[in-house]
Amino acid sequence: MKITLTVNGRKENLEVEPSTTLLEALRMLGLYSVRKGCDTASCGVCTVLMDSKPILSCCSLAVQAQGHSITTVEGLEKDKDFEEIRKNLLLEGADQCGYCGPSLLLTVYSLKKRNIKSLQEIQKYLVGNLCRCTGYHSQLRAIKEFMEVGE
Amino acid sequence: MKYVKRSIKKVDGYGILSGKPAYTDDLAPRNSLIVKLLRSPYAFARVRKIDTSEARSLEGVECVLTHEDFPRIPFTRAGQGYPEPSPYDKFALDSYVRYVGDEVAVVAAKDEQTAEKALKLIEVDYEVLNPVLDFEFSEKSPPIHPEDGISGVENQQNNVCSAYEMDIGNIEEELKKCAHVVKHRVYTQAQAHVMMEPHAAFSYIDYQGRLVVVTSSQVPFHIRRILSRVLDIPLRNIRVVKPRIGGGFGGKQAVHGEIYAAAVTLKTGKPSKIIYSRKEVFESSYTRHPMRIDVTLGSDEKGVLKAIDMEILSDTGAYGEHALTTLMVAGSKNLPLYNRVNAVRFKGKVVYTNHTPAGAYRGYGAVQGNFALESAMDILASKLGLDPVKLRQLNMIREGETSPIFKIMGEGREGAEMTIKSCKLEQCVELGKRIFGWSEKFSKRPESGTKVRGVGMAIAMQGSGIAKIDMGSAILKLNDDGSFNLLVGATDLGTGSDTILAQIAAETLNVPVKKVVPYSSDTDLTPFDTGAYASSTTYVSGNAVKRAAEKMKHLIVQHGSKLFNCSEEEVVFNGEEIIGPEQRLPLSEFATKLYYSENQTQLCSTASFVGDEAPPPYMSAFCEIELDTETGKITPVRYVAVVDCGVPINPNLARVQVEGALVQGIGMALYEEVKYDSKGRLMTNSMMNYRIPSRLDIGDIEVHFVESYEPTGPYGAKSVAEIGIDTPPAAISNAVYNAVGIRLHDLPFTPEKVLKALRVKEGF
Ligand code: FES
Ligand code: FES
Repeated sequence: MKITLTVNGRKENLEVEPSTTLLEALRMLGLYSVRKGCDTASCGVCTVLMDSKPILSCCSLAVQAQGHSITTVEGLEKDKDFEEIRKNLLLEGADQCGYCGPSLLLTVYSLKKRNIKSLQEIQKYLVGNLCRCTGYHSQLRAIKEFMEVGE
Repeated sequence: MKYVKRSIKKVDGYGILSGKPAYTDDLAPRNSLIVKLLRSPYAFARVRKIDTSEARSLEGVECVLTHEDFPRIPFTRAGQGYPEPSPYDKFALDSYVRYVGDEVAVVAAKDEQTAEKALKLIEVDYEVLNPVLDFEFSEKSPPIHPEDGISGVENQQNNVCSAYEMDIGNIEEELKKCAHVVKHRVYTQAQAHVMMEPHAAFSYIDYQGRLVVVTSSQVPFHIRRILSRVLDIPLRNIRVVKPRIGGGFGGKQAVHGEIYAAAVTLKTGKPSKIIYSRKEVFESSYTRHPMRIDVTLGSDEKGVLKAIDMEILSDTGAYGEHALTTLMVAGSKNLPLYNRVNAVRFKGKVVYTNHTPAGAYRGYGAVQGNFALESAMDILASKLGLDPVKLRQLNMIREGETSPIFKIMGEGREGAEMTIKSCKLEQCVELGKRIFGWSEKFSKRPESGTKVRGVGMAIAMQGSGIAKIDMGSAILKLNDDGSFNLLVGATDLGTGSDTILAQIAAETLNVPVKKVVPYSSDTDLTPFDTGAYASSTTYVSGNAVKRAAEKMKHLIVQHGSKLFNCSEEEVVFNGEEIIGPEQRLPLSEFATKLYYSENQTQLCSTASFVGDEAPPPYMSAFCEIELDTETGKITPVRYVAVVDCGVPINPNLARVQVEGALVQGIGMALYEEVKYDSKGRLMTNSMMNYRIPSRLDIGDIEVHFVESYEPTGPYGAKSVAEIGIDTPPAAISNAVYNAVGIRLHDLPFTPEKVLKALRVKEGF
């Protein structure tokens, strides 16, 4: 079936099956920042923003994403906040294999819009973004700086 | 030092975080056939008959392969130096299946749905056999590998894959003389790697008819060699390329799906790709070797260790990948910690079972051995009434000392003699103790309600590559603008090794890091490297890079002297300019001249390195936990680690390596439970059932470095990738003892096990 998605501010037409996930559809569009890590909605590496809120693209259907606005890191290239959090992560060396990177960046980016101020709150909010490489603390150091929160 | 000991950003970080196509699946041709494997539903069975006719005739199916389509060539999936110390006990496809998830048939179709459908249409008539599911009874069970034609197995009839034994001094006599003897038995689980990117590979035939395989692998050169063997095609006709990898931790130190994608490409001539599902990663790739370890320690009345005895039974699952070597590392990377004993004995067996094969996993046996040894040390300390820190300080290895074990136990064979040239373990322990506040905390057990706190510690060592076996090499090429290409076989699997190797080259050449462009892991374009395992890249490949850069410097001087018409002694290259007695020329102008107008020559240097020794990094670890006596839940509160990895080339990346490894170790200690059902089916085969730590599960972690200078390492560096994983099981179990007086023997320490032990202690 033919659908139209609004991705990173652009209308994209594509041909999908009713069962095609948003994850698969976005990869079809060449948005390789959207990655798959599991089959059970457990890892968070497939996170994208739908109407500015983080969602798991692996368990959303492409069809249902019509009429919403989808954002991936490719669409934030020029965004100041996004650049800053990416830079912070790089400066901390918090990007190891980097596979989880874009999904974490997006979640943190959406966090800034919510004005969360305590470290615990941040940690709770990010609990679904798993990372097997970094042990999380370097990410936290980078995020703390970005969110301008203390201990 | 200008460019090393600097926390610069990773050279590939920006692209990866920006979502540029970088990983295997991003790069696969869009028209790739989708390759799927039919896997065994039984833990042990013989394939009587297999009917693929319906699957073959399904529209969109390009090919179906069974064991009859592969030459019967035994091999090992283990990506190790050649000849491999692992037995050749596997075939690409076989008429026997030996674990749930073992490969039965290969399907390639135009898309995923068709491939899945075709899998269901294959009819297999299995003769179901009785599986061996308890490794402690494996030796007395019927053979899992009765077949002819395999090699390197210790005893096929008894299911003994490998065995090893060594002793120094007379252990029995020595133990008899000891004032205190401690016996301790532990069990470790089949931890899963759970790298975020599942195994992925694609292959195609290039315009010259050569097979190109792009794969998420830690060992591209080993993959090329193994593919050549298994597919029976000349090595020169294969090119293996490693793009960016989404983590490996040892799980990608083997050939996995590459064989099947390549076989499909060879058969059909078409590009093919195979991406493992998460279930396949859990069931059909690798796990850590579960072990049963018995340790006996003997000391005099003051706590001076006199004898260590370690006996291991290890479970390699269905195939003997990394079986002997992980066994030996459990001893060789732990026993030398206490090097002044009079007698040491180490013996062990690795047996087959019908479980998911075990293989390489960060720590590689050392973490299992560390859990046994370092919790036994804690028991000894409490028996002696001695502070566990004191007991370590009394006995642990020091700079300038050696251990006979370095020579006796290598990896799968004899090791290499080594006098420890850099070891700041004493300082690591001192500093850790102070930062943690050990002395105040050790004797207190703060309680609030049902929650009790406790503290524990452990020390560890690892290695830097495999001495006299692993080789790294590098090529440096001067470009016409004065920049350099650095070509290395070394495999960056997310660790940042491309970055630190560029830093090492930059330091040697005295040029900014951005002028060194690293390119790694392409068997056509980069020189040989055994790959990223055994904490090797910084030390082994790093030394190769340093040598290549030194040669390059010399080449520049040499050609400068030709240009200036003077002797080499009169020429200096300072990184920016080539300076002669009367002239000076910026490097870029020199390079332009060299390539376009005068004495035209390509400057290119190459060097390799094999360690004569594998200098160990060391660390101390101190942890605090909170245990809820009502629920049995253990919560990590704080973990302080102090590491000596020589001079860290990139302190940030070194720190993140240790932090990441510690969290994997904490996962192993507390959360990562592996469960099989009575038929041998892995129940913890998804990220829902197998729980890796989230950011709320780990407590505070502080990593500190005590710098030593390793004279044989590049700019004093040693490797650091694995050591962080070694201590959490022991340190946490020691903290549990400190909190509530129970000894946990069996990883992971789940609330059920804690409650059970508490009940036993209270006598009901
Ligand atoms: S792929 Fe793991 S949560 Fe979506
Ligand atoms: S950096 Fe590898 S999973 Fe997060």
